Amino acid sequence: MASVKGIGGRLYSGETSFNIVGNAKRWYIISLIFTAISIGTLAISGLHLGIEFKGGSAYTFTSTTATVEQARSAVAGSGISGEVIVQKVGNDKIRVQTGSLAPAQSDAVEAALTSTFGVQVSDIDTQIIGPSWGKEITKKALYGLSAFLIVILIFLAMTFEPKMAVAAIVAVVHDVLITVGIYALVGFDVTPATVIGFLTILGYSLYDTVVVFDKVRENTRSITSSSKQTFTQATNLAVNQTLVRSINTTVIALLPVAAILFIGGALLGAGTLKDIALALFIGMFVGAYSSIFIAPPVLAYLREREPAMIALAKRVNGRGAPAVISTPAPVDLAQRRGPRNQPKRKGRK
Amino acid sequence: MSTPTKPTKKTGRPLRSLSILALLVIALASAAFVQGATAVRLGLDLRGGTSVTLQPRIAPGENGKVTNEAIDQAVSIIRQRVNSLGVAESEVTAQGSGTNRQIVIAVPGNTGRRVVELVGQTAELRFRQVLASGPGTTSVGSGASVDTGSGASVATGSGAGVDTGSTATPVNGISAAVNAKYEALDCTKLENLQGTGTDAPTETIAVCDRNGSTKYILAPAEVLGRQISKASAGLDTQAGSAWYVSLTFNGEGTTAFGALTTRVTSLPEPLNQVAIVLDGLVVSSPRINEPIPSGTAQITGSFTQLEAQDLANVLKYGALPLSFDRGEVAQVSPTLGADQLDAGLLAGIIGLTLVVLYSFLYYRGLGIVVTGSLTAAALVIYLLVLLLGENIGFTLTLAGIAGIIVAVGITADSFVVYFERIRDEIREGRSLRSAVESGWIKARHTILVADAVSIIAAALLYIFAVGGVQGFAFALGLTTLVDLLIVFIFTKPLMTLLARMDFFATGHRFSGLSQKSSGVNRQTSTVEA
Repeated sequence: MASVKGIGGRLYSGETSFNIVGNAKRWYIISLIFTAISIGTLAISGLHLGIEFKGGSAYTFTSTTATVEQARSAVAGSGISGEVIVQKVGNDKIRVQTGSLAPAQSDAVEAALTSTFGVQVSDIDTQIIGPSWGKEITKKALYGLSAFLIVILIFLAMTFEPKMAVAAIVAVVHDVLITVGIYALVGFDVTPATVIGFLTILGYSLYDTVVVFDKVRENTRSITSSSKQTFTQATNLAVNQTLVRSINTTVIALLPVAAILFIGGALLGAGTLKDIALALFIGMFVGAYSSIFIAPPVLAYLREREPAMIALAKRVNGRGAPAVISTPAPVDLAQRRGPRNQPKRKGRK
Repeated sequence: MSTPTKPTKKTGRPLRSLSILALLVIALASAAFVQGATAVRLGLDLRGGTSVTLQPRIAPGENGKVTNEAIDQAVSIIRQRVNSLGVAESEVTAQGSGTNRQIVIAVPGNTGRRVVELVGQTAELRFRQVLASGPGTTSVGSGASVDTGSGASVATGSGAGVDTGSTATPVNGISAAVNAKYEALDCTKLENLQGTGTDAPTETIAVCDRNGSTKYILAPAEVLGRQISKASAGLDTQAGSAWYVSLTFNGEGTTAFGALTTRVTSLPEPLNQVAIVLDGLVVSSPRINEPIPSGTAQITGSFTQLEAQDLANVLKYGALPLSFDRGEVAQVSPTLGADQLDAGLLAGIIGLTLVVLYSFLYYRGLGIVVTGSLTAAALVIYLLVLLLGENIGFTLTLAGIAGIIVAVGITADSFVVYFERIRDEIREGRSLRSAVESGWIKARHTILVADAVSIIAAALLYIFAVGGVQGFAFALGLTTLVDLLIVFIFTKPLMTLLARMDFFATGHRFSGLSQKSSGVNRQTSTVEA
């Protein structure tokens, strides 16, 4: 039987090895394309901001009989101007979203809903966001983001080495850009809960990268004292050795997030749970990708420029060893996806 | 779990670690029991209630006014107002610092809009003489005349007294600017009915009344809200069910109010009216029929009982030192709260079950370790949430539940890192028993650094967070810390114990540690692509 765990062993010994770091250009190009699309979409269509950022009011009530059209005409009849969005949420909830309203207007909307659909005012869930609120939370989120990157940069530089810190930050910025880009592209609503999700991705992506880098550090601790491997090769081995872990971790982390996403989306319709989970779900995928395909190659690139590493590369190549780790059957890109999917396939049996 | 009692030097003392954890759990449980913390404190989004976030309104050039002291003072005034509602477990707190400081008010239950009105009011009360009044729409009449007679207003007299000449200085010198403002003022527009609370007491102003039906020019304020010593709501039984608010002035206020009423009472309409202005809007403008030296006054209006009581409370506890804008108002009905709680718990249970299933499928026997560790972690987290709720008022919100569920992934990852390390060590040719130890040394470092990153992330999220984010960050940080604790004093000792059992030590094929699964004995595992 083709044991996944067997693959884990072969990855560990280097007998099976995916040349991930050596093919860095490929991953860079893929990521550059995605990043470019992200930035382009952000620049052109921007993000779909929730009312928390724009200011406005939202009224949600439960009614099995109410239709979107009825709600729309009821609200229109209450004499408020501006854009009104009426949605069906979940099975039996109607959500009415308006622009910024004065208290009197807000009361009018509630009165219209209570009289039309026979619900109590106390059973209407309302959310009223002042016009300056969005600026406030955006500012805080940006402060948080900057502080986070700086603190992490220092922390990783002290725990590992400065170049690892730089490579990790590159990967994180990559993750956030692409995740935000996906939001802009698909047009998901960005709420404060989404921002929580984004910020958590930072932590999570770094967490993933840290595990890989810890192995890299172990593999390269006394690398210059021998002439067996270049830094790139040692890094690639580390990536392969932690591959099973990376996949397992991603699957395990995604399972609960998928549960929140499903429950939040199916039972509650919209709200905190769904917003956090969606951002995390997308971000974790991207984060797992970058911890394998972006952070290690960037690190290798940075380190290979050091004089000691250049000398080492010369010695290794001088001995006639091939530049890439020699494997009995180097697995090409087409097969790369095999082991990624295998654990799941095995798991179901 | 049956274990040999043979002590081993290298492995530390697994049983002692496990006993420490057991003691810790017992200690936490009894602390919770002693303090009577039997239920998790739920956030408003899970049990229903109203939360309001107020941001100080910074008028141009008034940056210095928003100080921590002013905010703290506002917090204590708002707290008194909220307490007057008599709703248990209401909370008023200030968050952030400097001009970013905000006040967060959380009131459980169905008090709804009442709270919103009550806390947001600046409640700056002023008594001003009426100089002119008219219908609330933009005057169509020509010039800057202050028409006093024709309006369908309180001014019922025959407009004889006031000079309505075209120059804008009819009484006490109304400047052209104020006149122009009055002319342009349209009280049917909602933006003019927001109430600003920034009417300077020393200036002559043009304002609307609360209903938007009348507009006024008012003289500088002569009696201020802080000169009130008592306020209460009352029912005027003679006039049907008309609720009013009666005021008692302090010494200074009594003198000022006496002087004001004495002066205006003999003047013609509308100059004999005194407008009671709350936060820049006229509540009522009674005609003063005689001097009132007694130091009491009544505010009438078309108040309901609740409105009258709330206004009395607001006036009793004084005006806020600052004006505030409502940043966010969220009202969650108890039904929705219960729904959200159910959904959160369900998501957590499903998520945990999936993780446990995956661990068993992939790690076979080691799934026991994952399940045991997650259970232990869940127990400790539950007890901590109970205790923190009781002692520092930590409330579990929907975002907090999400944080805990997400942290399941991080917790489980610690085990994955450790297991993979053990397998690595077995691949290096070590026995299981020594692989468990040497793998731990290496995994420990990774777990520490990775968890540190997660904790830093949680701490910064907490510091820079707004509202719900804090609950998430706190939960994430808390569970990561618990993860560290569990890995060190539960998972590792448990592995040490398991490594002594034949089932694992000999690499049974369901142990998750068989040679085959570690990839050492490749002859037995043919590879199909």
